[in-house]
Amino acid sequence: MTDKYYFRTEALSVGYRGRTLIHDIDIGIQKGELVTLIGPNGAGKSTILKSIIRQLAPIAGAVYLEDERVSRISYKEFSRKTAVLLTERVKPELMTCWDIVATGRYPYTGRLGVLTEEDRAIVRKVMEEARIEDFAEKDFGEISDGQKQRVLLARALCQEPELLILDEPTAFLDIRHKLELLELLRGMTREQGITVIMSLHEIDLAQKVSDKILCVKGDKIFRYGAPAEIFNDALIGELYGIENGSYNAAFGSVEMNKPEGEPKTFVISGCGSGISVFRGLQREGVPFEAGILYKNDIDYQIASSLAARVYAEEPFHFIRDDTYAAALNAIRKSEKVLDTGVPIGDCNHRLAELIEEARKRGVYQKLS
Amino acid sequence: MNNFKRRARYELVFLLMILAFCLITVLNINSGSVNIPLRRILTILFTRSGDPTEVGIIWKIRLPRILTAAILGGALSLSGFLLQTFFQNPIAGPYVLGISSGAKMTVAVVMIYFLDRYNQVSSYLLIAAAFAGAMLSTGFILLLSRKINSMPILLVAGIMVGYICSAITDFIVTFASDSDIVNLHSWSLGSFSGANWGTVSIAAWIVGITFAAVFLMSKPLGAFQLGENYAKSVGVNIRFFKVAIILLSSVLSACVTAFAGPISFVGIAVPFLVKKALNTANPLVVTPALFLGGAVFCMFSDLIARTAFAPTELNVSTVTAMFGAPVVILMMLFYRKEKVG
Repeated sequence: MTDKYYFRTEALSVGYRGRTLIHDIDIGIQKGELVTLIGPNGAGKSTILKSIIRQLAPIAGAVYLEDERVSRISYKEFSRKTAVLLTERVKPELMTCWDIVATGRYPYTGRLGVLTEEDRAIVRKVMEEARIEDFAEKDFGEISDGQKQRVLLARALCQEPELLILDEPTAFLDIRHKLELLELLRGMTREQGITVIMSLHEIDLAQKVSDKILCVKGDKIFRYGAPAEIFNDALIGELYGIENGSYNAAFGSVEMNKPEGEPKTFVISGCGSGISVFRGLQREGVPFEAGILYKNDIDYQIASSLAARVYAEEPFHFIRDDTYAAALNAIRKSEKVLDTGVPIGDCNHRLAELIEEARKRGVYQKLS
Repeated sequence: MNNFKRRARYELVFLLMILAFCLITVLNINSGSVNIPLRRILTILFTRSGDPTEVGIIWKIRLPRILTAAILGGALSLSGFLLQTFFQNPIAGPYVLGISSGAKMTVAVVMIYFLDRYNQVSSYLLIAAAFAGAMLSTGFILLLSRKINSMPILLVAGIMVGYICSAITDFIVTFASDSDIVNLHSWSLGSFSGANWGTVSIAAWIVGITFAAVFLMSKPLGAFQLGENYAKSVGVNIRFFKVAIILLSSVLSACVTAFAGPISFVGIAVPFLVKKALNTANPLVVTPALFLGGAVFCMFSDLIARTAFAPTELNVSTVTAMFGAPVVILMMLFYRKEKVG
């Protein structure tokens, strides 16, 4: 079983100065997989990564690369197999981006570190892949943080690693560059079979990009598995100890807390027209009810996070009597009924009756 | 194409420094209480024939002194560069970190003790003493650097170590017998006046070997510029590397201190100017350039020290400080602007 893993850890305990932070890490990763570490701040994601790349000595247990104990591999050989992107700031003097990327060739160059034509070709190729060839000649100190991150990633790729370790690679990046970077990583795992282990703060991106998720919390591994097993609302809420809000697994989004109090506002919506209204009410701290929503409607997903009560119907059914009765009852008690302009067809034609009731009571308000 | 531009720049800088080196060598030989025309200098230099007094002046006094200034100047700037790489701070240097003063202290002790007893002291013993003193200061700074994470505070600590060592040296000098002081006084402020062929050859050997070792370490030195952790990740043996850097820079500053006393600012100003001129920090290019630059700077300073107020001779440190300190101030302004360091 174990021999098919490219990378694995065995009863690995990590920490600083003999003090264990996280113990008994047993994970296996196949070649070309992308594994993401998630967990609250200070949980020890960086500590695990540092132990894997031998910046920290493990307190107990071992790390294996292709079934060879990592501590038995020479640093030189190890540096030809693994490359890193660290969180620490790099402040080199008088080095262009090209120079920085070229330092990745270190494990391959000769005694004095002079680049061969082949090395130069690799540097050029990697810079094109990372789309940084335009500022190759710029001083590293002059480019933006996002660009720096890409230069440092290119530096790591120059090492031609089999295993790439990245500590929060998306920090400092704007959303476009985050997506580009993750797409680049995905492409590498798919096409070149590079194995990636990284830590991310953006759980929504982690869910979408990873083959496996490692949840770190407290002094042990909280969960390890495929995103589908990890990403459910309760588990993520527990992992991060979310109390003021909720996590929505379907969207990978985080919603704020429900407004407190007895709801006096009712929102009739559907097909996504309610989302911005729900969030607006939440911002203003107005508790509200929502309905009647089909359970496959995206409004339903958000309403169940934000609304005090949701009157819901099974998908593709006509609105049933008891659902209708409950909603009608709520509308009769409401001081304000907001209609976001839901399309009304055969199945949900009873919404029109709810609207009529609100009109009669003089609490109806149509939003456009 | 860009590569070509870079190379052209390196070649230009090296060429200018070699020209400066030659010019200052000639000026240095030519100036002094006895003036010798250029043609005769060249004849004497290349054929060793001519007026015996002039041959004597050039071969016995001026040439060894020039060479000593060149070798030790190169050593100083190299030592500064190593410390700057190690501490990742452009203001680090043997003088600032108190390493020169540590060497000065032990050399003073050994000098007084041996002159008092045996009336003489061997160069090797002085170098050994200087090395011990340099290591003492360096060791202390390293111990502090484990506790103190802030570079400015570490530099202040280094300056304080320097003051302590200087105070102890002054204390010893105060209670030494008069005949020793004459020797000690000029030496303890920095001077190339004691140079002879013996010191030249010893300094050349020690500095030459150390320079070769540093040059061969260009590759890890370059990797270390991205920080210790990245250096480790590309396979640099960090523990060995750090010990080597400290030993080499201590040997260099010890050698300088033993022969010429503590000389200030060369170790900071020259690396800064040379790197700026070359527009690179690549050790493969920078180390030879630094050596040449340090040599030129010290020869130039010695020239001014000898001739500015002749027949009164200034201390070399006086001159290096006059030219070096403004460079350091300029540097700080520069780094503030660049938000580096």
